[in-house]
Amino acid sequence: MKFLRQMLTIAAKDLRSELRTKEALNASLSFALVILLLFSFAFDPTSDMTREISGGLLWLVFAFAGVLLLNRSFARELPNDCLDALIASPLPGAALLLGKVLANYVLLLGIECVCLPVFGIFYNVRWTLQPAWLALVLLLGTWGMTVVGTVFSALTVNMRLRELMLPMLVYPVLIPCLMASMRLTTLILAGQPITGDELAWFKMLIGFDVIFTALAVALIDTVLVG
Amino acid sequence: MKQKILYALGVVAALLLTRNIWTMLTKLPDEAFQGAIFRIIFFHVPCAFTCFLCFFMALIAAIAYLSTHNLKWDAFAVAATEVGLAFGAANLVTGMIWARIIWGIWWTWDWRLTSMLVCWLLYAGYLVLRDAIEEPTERARLAAVMSILSFSVVPFVFFSIKWFRTQHPQPVLYGGGSMDSAYRIMLYLNWLPILIFAIILITIRMGQERRQRELDALRREIHAF
Amino acid sequence: MKALAVDAVWKYYGDYPALRDISFDADAGQCVALLGRNGAGKTTLLRILAGLSHPTKGRVQLFGKDHNDRAARSLTGIIGHGIAIYDELSAYENLKLYAALYALPDPHRSALEWLERTALDRVKDSPVREFSRGMRQRLAVARAFLHNPRLLLLDEPFTSLDDRAIALLQGLVRDALAAGGTVVMSTHQLREAMDLASHVVLLNRGRMAHRGERTPEMLADTGWLYRTYGEAS
Repeated sequence: MKFLRQMLTIAAKDLRSELRTKEALNASLSFALVILLLFSFAFDPTSDMTREISGGLLWLVFAFAGVLLLNRSFARELPNDCLDALIASPLPGAALLLGKVLANYVLLLGIECVCLPVFGIFYNVRWTLQPAWLALVLLLGTWGMTVVGTVFSALTVNMRLRELMLPMLVYPVLIPCLMASMRLTTLILAGQPITGDELAWFKMLIGFDVIFTALAVALIDTVLVG
Repeated sequence: MKQKILYALGVVAALLLTRNIWTMLTKLPDEAFQGAIFRIIFFHVPCAFTCFLCFFMALIAAIAYLSTHNLKWDAFAVAATEVGLAFGAANLVTGMIWARIIWGIWWTWDWRLTSMLVCWLLYAGYLVLRDAIEEPTERARLAAVMSILSFSVVPFVFFSIKWFRTQHPQPVLYGGGSMDSAYRIMLYLNWLPILIFAIILITIRMGQERRQRELDALRREIHAF
Repeated sequence: MKALAVDAVWKYYGDYPALRDISFDADAGQCVALLGRNGAGKTTLLRILAGLSHPTKGRVQLFGKDHNDRAARSLTGIIGHGIAIYDELSAYENLKLYAALYALPDPHRSALEWLERTALDRVKDSPVREFSRGMRQRLAVARAFLHNPRLLLLDEPFTSLDDRAIALLQGLVRDALAAGGTVVMSTHQLREAMDLASHVVLLNRGRMAHRGERTPEMLADTGWLYRTYGEAS
């Protein structure tokens, strides 16, 4: 599967670059931890309140930290005109995009896995109650964030003020994905089962992921080549 | 010639609007629970219809631009989006006035208002994106992609916020129940002048874009050597 | 089948035509020098040939295929203004990456071979960040020639090269031409360009002012072409 191999080559390159310099990773992780801390001053983290907003809080942290990471995604190709060399190569735009999405996905999941125990400690929340459901929400929600964030990273790559533009453009588009993830996570962390009506959130999340992955793949060549 | 048509349309719209307002104030009875302010719905809802119609037109224009690379479509896209945003803002403001009078608070997280706010921010982002790109062809291309992505998320926004709000009920501006036929007729009747205004504004804006393009090309020509 | 066929290409930025009705072609073994003042459209044209930009009107064909075709892209090598090398990876990792992207059968061996040819094998595992400028330039050349491209698109390749790198590049270009490759090279360094070029295309304000073989007059007096076909000033 040539396409898969090309995708993995790009993903491996991005991961290797990032893990070697750790610039975006460190910034993102530190930012996530700082936000977790800041939120504790915004309200009194008694157990009742926390249970109600746990999902929202977590995904806000993931979203803020995630966008910091996603900004780097295509921006890392700018020094030395590497992006031009990638576009001029036989690599299909879709493989470039999905390779980067994969790398960002892995990095963001890593950050989330670090944030969860910290969150559990700071806010006294037992997050291990329903691990399978939680993992599912993390996997689906993070994919939505990553796909949308990476394609916008490509869109904004040549703009000045890229660091400001990307969050401003991405967050409204991510609202349905974040909302579903927040709602599901709150329920899961509260130990409640996901049934009936609530399952609709999962369906929406999957629909969002599928549609935006398809759109991103369809539009990436238009975004990259003028 | 085009100017004359626009003026004629404007006059028609103004006459329709005057007639509607007169009917609203004198002929239609007050709504049972909400009183006189209920009449604001005849502007509130058509503005929303117009707003999303404009955004849909912008989507069509975006796809047309990417297919043809004719910058006229890009001019249409930006004009439609700006006018859509204007009417969206009108919808939000009338909603806020209504909420203030009915509920005593400026903002209710009514799912329709919230969805409109999110979509408004989405498309405001479109304008900021355009501002950040100087070269017209690149701007048209990337803005078209943004338009496609934005409209694709609109249905998701509505669904998710509606479900969310049914789980956390907030004051609702007007229920989903059916409206008396007299009201409904007036609603659509009032949509007509608003739609005409939208068309006039879009046409004027497109003319502006065309002139700006000519200026840009001339400026480039002079500065090239 | 021509290696490169450019047919009535126009490029508009908004309403401004950066390229107007450019048509030329190149066969195997030919080296086309793309000349013109700054702003004439050389880089715009090269970017279109490299697949980085679409022409607004007209067609570009590489080896009989549309210029966006993946097969055509795998036969093309480019050197642009940037070296297109990742600073945080090592020289070996960079070349191996590009070898994989160009689907070479043995990326490891190709990378090592070209590190040797460009005298970078001793520093192959150091991050490129630590390289001197000359070493980075040689690595960029290795990257461009790695997959034995049959069409080379070079945008001012001799600019800011040290003499070692210039000699290396000239040798590689000559070898490629001798093996039946085609080169399109934009340059201000008329001397080095004219040495290698078999044909010239002169661009003036986006138009093709002259197209033809490289004559002895052009080699002897590098300004002759501009004076004859270019602008008065």
